[in-house]
Amino acid sequence: MAMKKEWLFEEEHEMFRDSLRRWVAEELAPFADEWEEQGEFPMELYRRAGELGFFGGAMPETYGGVGGDFRYHTVFSEELAHSRSGGVSAGLGLHGFVALPAVAAFGNDEQKRRFLEPGIRGEKIGALAVTEPDTGSDVGGIRTKAVRDGDEYVINGSKMFITNGARADFYIVACKTDLERGYKGVSQILVEKGTPGFSVSRKLDKLGWRASDTAELAFDDVRVPVGNLLGEENRGFYQIMHGFQTERLVMAVGSVAAAQRCFDITMKYAKERKAFGRPIGTFQVNRHKFADMLTWIEAARRLTYHTIWLFINGLDCAKEIAMCKVYACETAVKVADMCIQIHGGYGYMMEYEVQRIWRDQRIQPIGGGTSEVQKEIIGRLLGL
Amino acid sequence: MNIIVLLKQVPDTETQIKIAPDGKSIVTDDIKWIMNPYDEFGVEEALRIKEKFGGEVTVVGLGPKRVTESIRTALAMGADKGILITDDALEGSDSLAVAKAITAAVKDLDYDLIFTGQRGIDDDMGVVGASVAELLGIPNISLGIKVEISEDQKTVTVNRPVEGQTLVIESSLPALITAQKGLNEPRYASLPGIMKAKRKPLEEKSLADLGLDASEFGTEARKVKILELTPPPERAAGKIIEGETPQEKAAELARLLHEEAKVL
Ligand SMILES: Cc1cc2nc3c(=O)[nH]c(=O)nc-3n(C[C@H](O)[C@H](O)[C@H](O)COP(=O)(O)OP(=O)(O)OC[C@H]3O[C@@H](n4cnc5c(N)ncnc54)[C@H](O)[C@@H]3O)c2cc1C
Repeated sequence: MAMKKEWLFEEEHEMFRDSLRRWVAEELAPFADEWEEQGEFPMELYRRAGELGFFGGAMPETYGGVGGDFRYHTVFSEELAHSRSGGVSAGLGLHGFVALPAVAAFGNDEQKRRFLEPGIRGEKIGALAVTEPDTGSDVGGIRTKAVRDGDEYVINGSKMFITNGARADFYIVACKTDLERGYKGVSQILVEKGTPGFSVSRKLDKLGWRASDTAELAFDDVRVPVGNLLGEENRGFYQIMHGFQTERLVMAVGSVAAAQRCFDITMKYAKERKAFGRPIGTFQVNRHKFADMLTWIEAARRLTYHTIWLFINGLDCAKEIAMCKVYACETAVKVADMCIQIHGGYGYMMEYEVQRIWRDQRIQPIGGGTSEVQKEIIGRLLGL
Repeated sequence: MNIIVLLKQVPDTETQIKIAPDGKSIVTDDIKWIMNPYDEFGVEEALRIKEKFGGEVTVVGLGPKRVTESIRTALAMGADKGILITDDALEGSDSLAVAKAITAAVKDLDYDLIFTGQRGIDDDMGVVGASVAELLGIPNISLGIKVEISEDQKTVTVNRPVEGQTLVIESSLPALITAQKGLNEPRYASLPGIMKAKRKPLEEKSLADLGLDASEFGTEARKVKILELTPPPERAAGKIIEGETPQEKAAELARLLHEEAKVL
């Protein structure tokens, strides 16, 4: 990509991209296989990214960021697609694009000093805990509860599928503070690693994102000061939905970049691999596949960039974000699947990156709100 | 220590170079431009010396407006200010003319050291560094892989590789050093560095600003003329050597090198 200048970005975004690209190529990609194998990447990566200021793009200057807009997250997410490990992108991304922005948006000064500042430096790592074993899409249906006891909340319950779950320093936990009021009784509460009663039940074994730690968490009479409430009591649902906007957008961006990478890898393969005396890419059936794939990717990118433009200009884009999330994430899965087909038997082998992209992308239409949920949002916004 | 770094902007090493219809230049439309990697070693070394001894690093680039991007990259890495020599009349100048323009831009600056890459990865001439040193009348030390400034900041010691040996050269200051691969690992520009770079001074100078006569520059004034560019020959497909054991493969390799490649 990147040669013809993209209209969305300014010179400083492209300079940021150059730094990221080198970092990803020199310090991430060469080790991706090893980390995938080990099931985690070194914590040092957070600190290194923090030292280079990479988490601070869209974070306020007062707390160590550079106060830029969402395009910094966009560029970061795009370049992480070249790390060769969706798990690395997920771990760094959840911290930088989800946990930190939540603290930046709803935290008070004291919370920002405690979590955002060291978070931007990559010294304290965050996780967002919403999903539970019995409820995911239905955020209002969560059952983890936080009961006020003097100056403390007492939290009981469990959380499921939490990215950075086994290794985070702080968790933004969605709890019911009012059991009677459904989604209007949800609050977000900060829980630190090591708080008595909090434990990581298990690290989960998954199809993709192998280098990322996804965990189930247990809260057994966990006491935290009321000062750990993030934002307002019983406004947690709205805060979570607010955060979902950028999370979904950044997921769409990541999927477009992953799809493009998969496409590029496969183009190269299809030019080199021969069958019946000719490169497999020249069979009309495959040529058409490439034509289709590039069209989908380009359409997904244009929709995503357009939506980012709406977003950074403060224009309403709830519908567009849901559209990006569905279209880009599903496109990436479809493209990766097609790329495996074009690779033939090699595509099914662990040493070929296309299979990993397929496994890593398969979560995209599920996590951060499923495709079905996005379509429900679009439908509702259409007044249907 | 005030240090000047001369930098050139060159096509990214991954660019597919296409020869233009005139047969003497390349198609530049789709090129991604980067700072010449050898110059980047120079920037890094200058920053390290500055971090140790204090002072200022000034980056000087020459070429069209887009060269600003590479100067900004050096500023984002930590350099303090930039100068871009830009003038339509410079288009097509040869290395000596480039050296003359650079000399005019730096001769009145206050400097102790000048760094530049040992060559540009585009034209591979390797002439500018030495020419600037000559025109300024200061020592030129080429192909530095290690640079040490004396504690009193009066001399510099440079290691230079020669045929597997190392030549250790000491020089008075000011001096010009051309950077070779191995000198250091250039840092990445940090995001705060990138934001700061936007606010650092970057001056533009035309030939007239430098008191130079435009007729001595450009394609017409070249002393070295390009007659023709030709693409390198297509690389032939590789050959995989068959054999059951390493011994068999080695024997086959030796046979092929002898009989087919005729290099043994
Ligand atoms: C690797 C991984 C990482 C994750 N990271 C995090 C994390 O960091 N934090 C976090 O909180 N969660 C995380 N999740 C959870 C993720 O957000 C949920 O899995 C997702 O929201 C779906 O919830 P669910 O799994 O409970 O599915 P369910 O809600 O049970 O849905 C099951 C199926 O029913 C469909 N469905 C549900 N409701 C409707 C409806 N109204 N209309 C139509 N169809 C519907 C869904 O689309 C889906 O196809 C992660 C999940 C994975 C796998």
